[in-house]
Amino acid sequence: MTATKLLQIDKLSKSFADNQVLKSIDLNVAAGEVVSVIGPSGSGKTTLLRCVNFLEVYDGGSIQIDGREVGYVDATSRKRRGEVDLAGMRAETGMVFQSFNLFPHLTAEQNVMLGLRRVRKKPAAEAREIARHWLSRVGLAHKTDALPSELSGGQQQRVGIARAVAMDPKILLLDEITSALDPELVNEVLDVVRQLAVDGMTMLMVTHEIAFARDASHRIVFMADGLVSAQGTPDALMAEVASNERLRNFLSRFSATAH
Amino acid sequence: MDAIIYSLPFLMNGLGITLLVSAIVVALSLVVGVLLGIGLIYGPWPLRWLIRLLSDCIRGIPILVLIFVVYYGLPPLGLNLSSFWAAVLALTVFKSAHVIEYVRGAVTSIPRGQMEAGMAIGLIFPQRLRYVIFPQAMRRFLPPWLNGVTDAVKGSALVSLLGVVDLMQAINQVIGRTYEPLPLYILGALMYFAINYSLSTLSKVLERRYSYIRE
Amino acid sequence: MGYQLSFTQIWTNFDKLAEGLLLSLWLAFISILIGAVIGLVLAIWYVSAGRVARTLISAYVEFIRNVPLLLLVYLVFYGLPTAVNISYSAPVSFVVTLSLYAGAYLVEVFRSGLDAVPKGLLDAGKAMGLTPWQRLLYVRLPTMTRITLPALSNTFISLFKDTSIASVIAVPELTYGAQWINNKTFRIVEVYAVTTVLYVVTGYLILFGLRLLERRFRVER
Repeated sequence: MTATKLLQIDKLSKSFADNQVLKSIDLNVAAGEVVSVIGPSGSGKTTLLRCVNFLEVYDGGSIQIDGREVGYVDATSRKRRGEVDLAGMRAETGMVFQSFNLFPHLTAEQNVMLGLRRVRKKPAAEAREIARHWLSRVGLAHKTDALPSELSGGQQQRVGIARAVAMDPKILLLDEITSALDPELVNEVLDVVRQLAVDGMTMLMVTHEIAFARDASHRIVFMADGLVSAQGTPDALMAEVASNERLRNFLSRFSATAH
Repeated sequence: MDAIIYSLPFLMNGLGITLLVSAIVVALSLVVGVLLGIGLIYGPWPLRWLIRLLSDCIRGIPILVLIFVVYYGLPPLGLNLSSFWAAVLALTVFKSAHVIEYVRGAVTSIPRGQMEAGMAIGLIFPQRLRYVIFPQAMRRFLPPWLNGVTDAVKGSALVSLLGVVDLMQAINQVIGRTYEPLPLYILGALMYFAINYSLSTLSKVLERRYSYIRE
Repeated sequence: MGYQLSFTQIWTNFDKLAEGLLLSLWLAFISILIGAVIGLVLAIWYVSAGRVARTLISAYVEFIRNVPLLLLVYLVFYGLPTAVNISYSAPVSFVVTLSLYAGAYLVEVFRSGLDAVPKGLLDAGKAMGLTPWQRLLYVRLPTMTRITLPALSNTFISLFKDTSIASVIAVPELTYGAQWINNKTFRIVEVYAVTTVLYVVTGYLILFGLRLLERRFRVER
């Protein structure tokens, strides 16, 4: 096969109590690739994403970033990595949350700086510069001293993106980042993500914005019932609609902003 | 009336003891309560269970019973404390149980997403506690705790039952000499009122300063 | 150490504890009834009254809430009879004190309960043509009762524990009973172990009982 992918997921499985949310997932993302994961609720998409930075502990299979197993000591062992080790791995992935999860007691700038100072151990002045750079890239240069409570949903989410990206992660994980936003605020966030894709950021995103997924991704993965039901380039996936009934049903719910 | 004026210095002395007892109780219960509160939330399963049990029992009994338990119960166990320290110990134990509850309420009201966001940027557990949880918990902890301070002052009046000459006991003793209960009790009430009302006004001011955290 | 645990003397004198427990519950119950009347009347008055009335009511509430219960008990029992020409027994005096105490806390509970009645319900009442008095009786009070049930049960449990203060004026409630047995038998550990269990278990039983009651009257938020 070709060189190891940046993110390699093999036969991933995960259960919550007696509900097997992920049955067996095979997925990979190459450096610089943008992969979108779509599917009905309950298909396990968010769980999949949260396994990649070990916010969820997966039961079987393997997830590797740059050849290193996430969460466990190696691909076959079930011995978990220590706290410090795990934190180091998480610093290599960036996550943007559906409910933003900004730290309410810190300004936008301080939110972005926290990881830079305490994890990357950068001095305050350098951290501030990097934070300001990224806040300006997401269009919030004028809001560096604002608290989250003073920002709109779209602005908060853009700070969330800046916070994740400022850490210079190998891969960015985006968990339905526009689902909690009012419709008129969605585009400002999607524009930022589109720009990041153009600039070469590796991204794995779970999203309901099908049109956006088609425009911005190199590949789309359709999940249903804990398995990958179909995947391919946007065009190839659309071609599968004829043969894949679940995919057809799923997409038919989205009105034709189609193309 | 003259007798009352003559007894003012004696009452002020009692007031001093009341304030001293309250201050010690508040300070000690804060330290003990916060430590045990953290143990309750983040500790191993048996510890959490034990702290929960003790805290519920202590809050389930009247303060007076606790004071008697400490005062009468320690000597047979070989521990001989003065009335003052027995009372302080009992009040501290009582208040600590409340502080544990304030801590628990403050920390569990922080949305889970905050911990996750801290994890996602690579902070380790002590860092998450220090930079993400603690600042937010503080702002939720202060209002109920500040309210509890007035409870400590009111509770301190019970030390009079062990013979400690605080404000309450001073009043009782002056009444014993002057046979004028009503004016003295009213005076005492006003003194307690003055202390507690100022404390609660102060706490409202502090609460307002930190209220911007409301999401 | 030489201290042998022996519960026998506790059991032989258990009637003191049992009767004391019942008296404590009874005192708390009467006090919360009277206190609720006081609290409700003052809360309704407060919401619809002018500045003078509000200041007076606030003064009463703030006074009671900032003064130790012990002092209030002494004030009412020893102090009042010297000024006003009444004499009452210790239990009666304690009920008076505890009712006033409960009343002050319940004014706050009822006041915020009344405020918490959803405006939509009042609008519906107005739209139906109900007078202010009718809206109070048929809309605000019933809704408020359901909203304040949790706070009321917590207050009752608090009052139950506060009845132990009555022991200082020789009211034979539970704590007094425990002290009595202690003074007679010197079996401190045993007496207070049993008393603690009685307070804690009774508290939980009340809590669960009231929770069941609350569930029947739950308000959908």
